[in-house]
Amino acid sequence: MASVFEYAPAPESRAIVDIAPSYGLFIDGEFTEAADGKVFKTVSPSTEEVLAEVARAGAADVDRAVKAARKAFEKWSALPGAERAKYLFRIARIIQERSRELAVLETLDNGKPIRETRDADLPLVAAHFFYYAGWADKLDHAGFGRRTTEGGGGAGPRPLGVAGQVIPWNFPLLMLAWKIAPALATGNTVVLKPAETTPLSALFFADICRQAGLPKGVVNILTGYGDAGAALVEHPDVNKVAFTGSTAVGKAIARSVAGTDKKVTLELGGKGANIVFDDAPIDQAVEGIVTGIFFNQGQVCCAGSRLLVQESVQDELLDSLKLRLATLRVGDPLDKNTDLGAINSAEQLARITALADAGEAEGAERWSPACELPSSGYWFAPTLFTNVTQAHTIARDEIFGPVLSVLTFRTPEEAVAKANNTQYGLSAGIWTEKGSRILAVAGKLRAGVVWANTFNKFDPTSPFGGYKESGYGREGGRHGLEAYLDV
Amino acid sequence: MSDVTRLSVFKTYKLYVGGKFPRSESGRVYEVTDSKGSWLANAPLSSRKDARDAVVAARKAFGGWSGATAYNRGQVLYRVAEMLEGRKGQFVREVADAEGLSKSKAAVAVDAAIDRWVWYAGWTDKIGQVVGGANPVAGPFFNLSTPEPAGVVTVLAPQESSFLGLVSVIAPVIATGNTAVVVASEKSPLPALSLGEVLATSDLPGGVVNVLSGRTAEIAAPLAAHQDVNGIDLTGADEALAKELEIAAADNLKRVLRAERTDWSADPGTSRLTAFLETKTVWHPTGSLGASGSAY
Repeated sequence: MASVFEYAPAPESRAIVDIAPSYGLFIDGEFTEAADGKVFKTVSPSTEEVLAEVARAGAADVDRAVKAARKAFEKWSALPGAERAKYLFRIARIIQERSRELAVLETLDNGKPIRETRDADLPLVAAHFFYYAGWADKLDHAGFGRRTTEGGGGAGPRPLGVAGQVIPWNFPLLMLAWKIAPALATGNTVVLKPAETTPLSALFFADICRQAGLPKGVVNILTGYGDAGAALVEHPDVNKVAFTGSTAVGKAIARSVAGTDKKVTLELGGKGANIVFDDAPIDQAVEGIVTGIFFNQGQVCCAGSRLLVQESVQDELLDSLKLRLATLRVGDPLDKNTDLGAINSAEQLARITALADAGEAEGAERWSPACELPSSGYWFAPTLFTNVTQAHTIARDEIFGPVLSVLTFRTPEEAVAKANNTQYGLSAGIWTEKGSRILAVAGKLRAGVVWANTFNKFDPTSPFGGYKESGYGREGGRHGLEAYLDV
Repeated sequence: MSDVTRLSVFKTYKLYVGGKFPRSESGRVYEVTDSKGSWLANAPLSSRKDARDAVVAARKAFGGWSGATAYNRGQVLYRVAEMLEGRKGQFVREVADAEGLSKSKAAVAVDAAIDRWVWYAGWTDKIGQVVGGANPVAGPFFNLSTPEPAGVVTVLAPQESSFLGLVSVIAPVIATGNTAVVVASEKSPLPALSLGEVLATSDLPGGVVNVLSGRTAEIAAPLAAHQDVNGIDLTGADEALAKELEIAAADNLKRVLRAERTDWSADPGTSRLTAFLETKTVWHPTGSLGASGSAY
């Protein structure tokens, strides 16, 4: 295969981004050391090179940041919506201006291909700020009705206060945008903790806030580990908790906020079913399957990680899929030809490896294309499992890696039953040429996002979020405002 | 001529589960008294097993009820109002006894409860347009968000407002296609148990609403922890119990509606309708006819 698809290296220059040797926490408009002076290193997962040293927030820093956000809330929430909007429009435009720099930075710190950060992450980040900017002065028209419980007095929607936000490492800047843009548009102030393996783009965003002239304390960024996230979620002066990450942590958060007035949205794990019917255009479906499970190395909560293929087209589909997988280029994320970059961390690589091994041990059949992996960094070859049953671990647990489990079905009813046979309910895909079947199946799937004859599409106007143990609340669109308003 | 006055016929109050009227499987009852402490009736003291049976019934009813047309659900809810109107006298008596109200004040509450059914009957085929819609995504895709019911919802009815409050928490949950396991006011369960009799004759499929009476804390605990329950309305729980139940509910990430002080006579708004709705967003490519500039 190599002879057919040989490409000369086409690396994106990393000279566009200037990473400082060390970074502090961003609290009340200033970069500052952690109270206890602790730091940690962030590495490039494709090379294991240390990129920078970053302050590690502790409980004292969380308290300081929440106080700063509380102090900033009074003025920020009292600003006319049109003025808040202009700050967000400024941020959106600066992100567009600096998008190549941020794309390279994100690729370095996360390990995902530059093709994705350049063409997906960054455009969506800017679009998200631009979209929510426009909402800031239109909240009375957003259709949330009047407040009718005691003390509401029929007033329009009000912000909640200080939002504590904890985001994952798979789309660091995009998840930041999903959290911060609606929070600020609605008049809340923010303390955000990025993931410990991808702190840099959030710190660059802090600089963008300064360039935009955002008032001090409106956005505070705390780099750190899970202990800082827990302290933030549990802080008594936080009014709103937004979390994207694992279902296990999501449940812990749901427990910890019990009995409080904190409003919570959780965007958690998934085990999305991508259903291919016998009349589907096979080539299009193959592209959709590849996008579904190999986009961002499969480290996507809404990944189509279970392929449900109608039995009669299984062989044809798998043959095409395997041919296609053999053309995927795995390697240097900064190379513009790269399809699959590095796994984000050694820890995540170990988790993927263990689950794939479990798949083999439980009797599923493993296949990967011939593919040479770099010698340093964290890598996992695109992997396909056939002969998977619903009882297999790889059909039930979220792997969060480039591993596809293939199951079969005979009737649409069976496809729906299998698709819904999971604790999760985030995404699903349907591939068929028959319109009524799309609508019938989409209606029966217990999932928050259903992609028909497409997969892994995102847009700031489109609400995103799960059913069941994939979490609650929606991000994006008019729906995304609700999580940050007292309605 | 006999001067013996006619002895009235007492009602045996029973649970309402799966469209039937069982006693508690435990065989237990507890004494229900009026506001002055006089005995009114013995009500079933539901057990954990009764709660689990009610969840089974609610789950069984979910497919049909959530799949019914919104128009059909609206007509059924309106039918509930019709049935109530005809039995108003009974509910006025029960509410007056339960809440220590004068007949006229109880009648105001019952009238409001009937009108609330009418309000929610009209919502069934409108909420989808209010909270759903097409999303103008930046690409050649049709993108539509629609609300869908979360599933089986546990409803802890308010403790004080035995009928207006009760109706105000049940109707929005089922209007949107959920099915409900309702825990009646502990002290004043009789209007709720009688409501079961109304629901049974209102074309409401069995299992859509299930009514349990007994100790709220005892029944709510297994429901909050139940893996086949999708949501819980904590209105009828006190602060300590609500916290405990919310912690239990986290285990399968139930949608939780926390208790809020509510004026049941006020305009209810839409927040109770949306509390147990999911949003499903479906994408489909549109293609790009005419994109090349031809006037097809």
